[in-house]
Amino acid sequence: MRQASHPGKDKFGGALLEVRDLHVEFATPSGAARAVNGVSFTLQQGMRLGLVGESGSGKSTAVLALMQLIKAPGRISGGRAFLAGDDLLAMTAEQMRQARFSRIALIPQGAMNSLNPVLSVCAQIDDLLTAHGEKTDPGKRRQHVADLLHRVGLPESVADQYPHQLSGGMKQRVCIAMAIALSPQVIIADEPTSALDVIVQKQVMQTLIHAQEEVGAGIILVGHDMGLMAQFAHVVGVMYAGRLVEIAPVHEIFSNPRHPYTRMLISSLPTFTTRKVFRGIPGVAPSIINPTTGCPFHPRCPSAVDRCAVDVPAEEFVAQDHQVRCHFAREGVPTSAIGAAVD
Amino acid sequence: MIEIRAATVAFGAQRNKTLKLALNAVSLALPQTPSITAIVGESGSGKTTLTRLMLGLLKPTQGTVLYEGHDLQHMDRQAFAKYRREVQAVFQDPYSVYNPFYKVDRSLLLPLQRFGLVNTRDEAYEHIHQCLQAVGLRPADTLGRYPHQLSGGQRQRIMIARALSLKARVIVADEPVSMVDASLRATILESLYRLKTEQQVSLLYVTHDLTTAYQIADRIVVMYNGQIVEEGEPESVIHAPKHAYTRALVAAVPPPNPDIDWGLVAKALPR
Repeated sequence: MRQASHPGKDKFGGALLEVRDLHVEFATPSGAARAVNGVSFTLQQGMRLGLVGESGSGKSTAVLALMQLIKAPGRISGGRAFLAGDDLLAMTAEQMRQARFSRIALIPQGAMNSLNPVLSVCAQIDDLLTAHGEKTDPGKRRQHVADLLHRVGLPESVADQYPHQLSGGMKQRVCIAMAIALSPQVIIADEPTSALDVIVQKQVMQTLIHAQEEVGAGIILVGHDMGLMAQFAHVVGVMYAGRLVEIAPVHEIFSNPRHPYTRMLISSLPTFTTRKVFRGIPGVAPSIINPTTGCPFHPRCPSAVDRCAVDVPAEEFVAQDHQVRCHFAREGVPTSAIGAAVD
Repeated sequence: MIEIRAATVAFGAQRNKTLKLALNAVSLALPQTPSITAIVGESGSGKTTLTRLMLGLLKPTQGTVLYEGHDLQHMDRQAFAKYRREVQAVFQDPYSVYNPFYKVDRSLLLPLQRFGLVNTRDEAYEHIHQCLQAVGLRPADTLGRYPHQLSGGQRQRIMIARALSLKARVIVADEPVSMVDASLRATILESLYRLKTEQQVSLLYVTHDLTTAYQIADRIVVMYNGQIVEEGEPESVIHAPKHAYTRALVAAVPPPNPDIDWGLVAKALPR
């Protein structure tokens, strides 16, 4: 068993959220679209997990399903998600309502637009506190709001302001304050900085990490920026066509990627060292309504062999904490695999 | 080729003190030879206002915009039509530039007909096929489809092909890859880069992403608060930035290597 230079299991406080074989499908006139197709992962306490993938790979759908936020025609068609022993997917609507924010909180995609424009910041946070039974007197709640704003680096005066008076970065911090208001066990951040300026992005991510460490929550960050993931995550999961094709500690993903898609994602990153070299990933993502046979990545894979078009690769452990869905995960993907005899 | 001379663009009114200078006495000239100029800066720095001046969509409050030495505001019809054809735009959102009720063919055919570049439909299609291939698209997989049937990357490349089909000399691209997936960005940037080397088309590339600017540009122009604060060769702007704002922009790019400490896990909370 390889011992990588990442924070080991002992750094985290044990399994917190266990997602097993999650399936989400959307009914369409041409059949079921399998947006999430058998995703399993474990989030440890205090761990920052990054989920990357292109649009339509199912990364947002997978995390929204954990909060039962999939709307018709979509439905969770299989799987379990245990948060400290309780199956999130089996909860009734009322149980889920209570669990949201208090046990599992969401910082939504485009959080800029998720605040109510006609409520002051104080009123929105207050809403959340009263909905979760914090029926103390208004003065104490006000103090709680001020305290929360302080924890995300905002002055108390923000409490009396309305969303349109705040900058994008400040609105995002208000959303972080709401997410940590009830000290949840898990925070889900769905592309929290994709609409922000680059300079503000770093400040918001610093705030998010600070807040997460303070409440000791595990966090799932959904995004497509591999550079940000390298800096943010302890563990990175790569999604492709509704499947988790590779998951490993961040150092492992960057120094020893085993899935060809992960390799191409990393090598397609522009850097400040090379100019005029373009390494994109040719082709387009497969349809999730009429999936290709075999490995979903084989039409775009530079090292696909005949077998890849027939057999769906299973999840394979190449190390204790490194899982890959590729027939060549063990040997490392051969660059000249064409024609190689497999099995 | 295109030159902006001391242009100021003001929004709002002076008398109720809401005057905001989106551009403050900015001068910028695109060289005659094919080149890629990148404009970088945050939202509100004036990048988009600058492109709107270059595209003739906005008149400067003060200053002039010249194309081939002629002021855009005092051009005769013929010269203006030539400018309209030779300076083409590629916008940020590849989803909203198409009319969803028409096949993408229409977006390619109409401008060719309007500018009188083709005589017959067959001739138009032959020309369109060549242009699609030049940006790395297969005509058979692209034509005859509706916008929603194509990916964002494909749609953006059709826009580039459209500009190419009009024999454009300058493409003004405002954040052309910010709404496209990271894995497809490289292919679009490559299409734009190849236009310069193979078709002698100049590019004004507006972005907030310094890494892609570094990748394709011959010159980087940094804007902040309506002014140009730094400009120069990519190597010097990125690796030896002179202005504090440029340094902040460079520092804001997360290094794609977990071994480099970017300082994300901060001890103190950012204010």
